Amino acid sequence: MALIEVKNLQKSYGPIKAVRDVSFSVDRGEVVGFLGPNGAGKSTTMKLLTGYLRPDAGSATVAGFDVTENPVAAKAHIGYSPEGAPAYGEMTVREFLRFAAELRGLPAPADRVTATLKLCRLEEVASQAIDTLSKGYRMRVGFAQAVIHDPAVLILDEPTDGLDPNQKFEVRRILKDMAARKAVIVSTHILEEIDELCTRVIVIAQGEVRCDESKERFLKRGADLNQVFRQLTA
Amino acid sequence: MSDSTPANQAPRTGTAFWAVLRREFAGYFRTPLAYVFLAVFNAFAVSLAFFVGNIYEAGVASLDRFFLYHPWLWAFLAPAAGARLWAEERRQGTIELLLTWPVTVWQAALGKFFAAWLFLGCALLITLPMAFTISYLGEPDVSVMVSGYIGSFLCAGACLGIAAIASALTRSQVIAFVTGFLACFILVLVGYGVFDEFLNGFFTVGTVEEIRRLGLWRNLEPFTIGIIDLRPVAYFLTAAFAGLGLSAIIVERR
Repeated sequence: MALIEVKNLQKSYGPIKAVRDVSFSVDRGEVVGFLGPNGAGKSTTMKLLTGYLRPDAGSATVAGFDVTENPVAAKAHIGYSPEGAPAYGEMTVREFLRFAAELRGLPAPADRVTATLKLCRLEEVASQAIDTLSKGYRMRVGFAQAVIHDPAVLILDEPTDGLDPNQKFEVRRILKDMAARKAVIVSTHILEEIDELCTRVIVIAQGEVRCDESKERFLKRGADLNQVFRQLTA
Repeated sequence: MSDSTPANQAPRTGTAFWAVLRREFAGYFRTPLAYVFLAVFNAFAVSLAFFVGNIYEAGVASLDRFFLYHPWLWAFLAPAAGARLWAEERRQGTIELLLTWPVTVWQAALGKFFAAWLFLGCALLITLPMAFTISYLGEPDVSVMVSGYIGSFLCAGACLGIAAIASALTRSQVIAFVTGFLACFILVLVGYGVFDEFLNGFFTVGTVEEIRRLGLWRNLEPFTIGIIDLRPVAYFLTAAFAGLGLSAIIVERR
């Protein structure tokens, strides 16, 4: 069984069908790029997968646990960074990560925090309040809380959004280092990121999966990825 | 680190509750607001007792005139302390983090509620010099003072329950505070003569008497004369935990 199994997932907000019948699965070692226009249902799918929202129909399992029926067990295997990397701004980076570690019931939380600060290169701002950090650091804090428990499944909603090229490079480097041992889903607007980061591509538009294939096949669809994107999401 | 480390097992029940409680409680002291709050509470509690309640001139070694104003204080300050509980999570977007961590809504709601209640308890403890002063000036019945403090703490929990509902409904702390305050304010008014006359215009005498039982002071009063009765205890705890439960349900149904 794949680490992530999504079957016929559906979710509406009032009359708007945000996700209609989405199915896919992700195995260990795969980095899936979630592509799609704004409002296509990418974030909603991620919210359903992480147990933040309840699906109207369909199911999602993570590491064998149904997200709706056994949410706490499923969530223990998920690292999730929501869009914009929200965090408790009044806490310092170290306090925030410590809270994440304690809430997850990790053994030796202080050691985990130290290791994660190092991994995400946050040591120099560890004692600063998150509110005072630059966007690049804030995104990394969001990433750090998602990997602190070394989860089997990593779900990142636009982790490189608003970062400068150096910071993007940094996030991708960390992600590549750990990708072989995990099932990763990354949503992005940046088509170039696919080649550098992903092993597979899922294109979502109007709440439906428009394309689900290996990176190689996707890149062969055309030289101009923007053109390919427009055709698939039209 | 492999994927079969204990890190990937679901945490024990209780772990998340304590983590949330500690974070929330410490959260009050991360901003100057906590100190302002404690100072305001203390200043009002003492000055109302002295200048409005004339506790000194009364010449009786008792704190009943001090507790008399506590429903007013809690109606104002419990919503002030409780406004951030959920509204702030929504505003910062951290609610999406908290609820995708391995914690149930109930654990989070309980942790938050008890942190806030504990904080209100700290505000109450700071007024203890008041009790010491009375003990120095006269010979009050200590057990009556203790039961008064217990009653006031329970009354704070009831107001906090209402504040928790208000906070769960909005992302604005200001709106959470105002609606929480208004709801508590009505419970303070219930039982005052003027308000009763107003109610008499709409309901029968029997109904008004039933409504009067819901007033905060009506339930706090027995405590201030040393009576810990089941009814008021049940009243305050019901309000506190019904509020806590409703706030959790509101958050769960997001």
